[in-house]
Amino acid sequence: MADSGKLLNVAVVSAERALWNGQARSLVAKTPEGDIGILAGHEPVLALLVESAPLRIEEPDGTKVLVAVHGGFFSVAGSDVNVIAEVAELAEDIDLGRAQSALSRIQADGVVDGEEASALKRAETRIQVAGVAKGISAH
Amino acid sequence: MGAQLRVYRRRIRSVQSTKKITKAMELIASSRIVKAQQRLEASLPYLQHLYAAINAAATGAADVRKHPLMANAEQRTKAAVLVVTADRGLAGAYSSNAIKEAEALATNLREKDITMVPYVVGRKGVSYYRFRERAMGGEYTGFTDQPTYADARRIGDDLLAAFMTPIEEGGVDEIHIVYTHFTSMVSQEARIRRILPLEVVDEVVEKVEGQLPPPLYEFEPDAESVLDGLLPRYIDHTIYTSLLMSAASEHAARRRAMKSATDNAEEMIRSLSRRANQARQAEITQEISEIVGGADALSASR
Repeated sequence: MADSGKLLNVAVVSAERALWNGQARSLVAKTPEGDIGILAGHEPVLALLVESAPLRIEEPDGTKVLVAVHGGFFSVAGSDVNVIAEVAELAEDIDLGRAQSALSRIQADGVVDGEEASALKRAETRIQVAGVAKGISAH
Repeated sequence: MGAQLRVYRRRIRSVQSTKKITKAMELIASSRIVKAQQRLEASLPYLQHLYAAINAAATGAADVRKHPLMANAEQRTKAAVLVVTADRGLAGAYSSNAIKEAEALATNLREKDITMVPYVVGRKGVSYYRFRERAMGGEYTGFTDQPTYADARRIGDDLLAAFMTPIEEGGVDEIHIVYTHFTSMVSQEARIRRILPLEVVDEVVEKVEGQLPPPLYEFEPDAESVLDGLLPRYIDHTIYTSLLMSAASEHAARRRAMKSATDNAEEMIRSLSRRANQARQAEITQEISEIVGGADALSASR
């Protein structure tokens, strides 16, 4: 664990608005190469994010912030971390019921391809993020 | 009541109800201009970060000029033009200005032996091209007053797919946007912007005091793939801002059209009520003269 004197300045920005701003102890994101964890003092990185995955931010007081991030990239430079997502939703903004019904609708459809596959992925990420935030499934 | 007076009163009532509607539309449009502007501003941080990242990736990538989205074909033959119009009318010349600009662009391109394929946003534009039986590359309707990023993404995916298709198979090698630039509440103009192919600008960045040079990033997975991932997003975002700008312009145009409609209605009500008053006065005068005439006749016969 990084010592508490060193913190990251994190900004989560989606195409439509700036979503979240603040200090954090660590950040975990998912790139096509796998999960990547960022602590203060990380070397400069510019990485693409996978099509849809949860982003985990740990605030200085230990609170965990979960964001469903769909596409985009993030950059680390010094202590600044910018997560630039095409679409991003904070856990509390996610309509869990809607995501679940979308998921079951796609699954009931049987054949999953192209556009539907990414919709499925998005629904799964939303459910995961909203679920963890509500403590339904322990992480 | 005289027939003439009744006709005037009826017309005043009908103009009054029209005025109520135009007034309401004017108010709605003005509040939506502000909303569209706010969304435009809210999308700026994304663009700045994206821009910085593209710059960094382009510096890191082997040869940017060979990228498929960069200018490469010597002789271009086909261009897609995204024309942004309104879904609904009653916005003055908003849609027809954009269409006119697109037609001017088409003439320009034809002189260079480039055929234009319209991709149309907004019901007004779609019906224009459909009426003239001109083939469209794509039609997008139902969101022009409040476009979302998902709408822009959908258009961007289609345009990029057309761009990546070889010409022989029906692809295009240029993409333009005709949108309405929002300069201020009172001034908007249709503009043309080429979005693809991209061009490399070798600009000498002047050192700004206190600003650090971009850090040497480690790219994940590598600079080329990062650039491949980012450039389409830049296109999507350009389309998104164009849609938002056009939406703000649409509302501004509608507000102006509805304002003058309201003013005209007021003017009409004023002149109509003047005539109605005249008719009423004439009626009264006539009645009096009839009574007086009748009384005179009676006293004379006595």
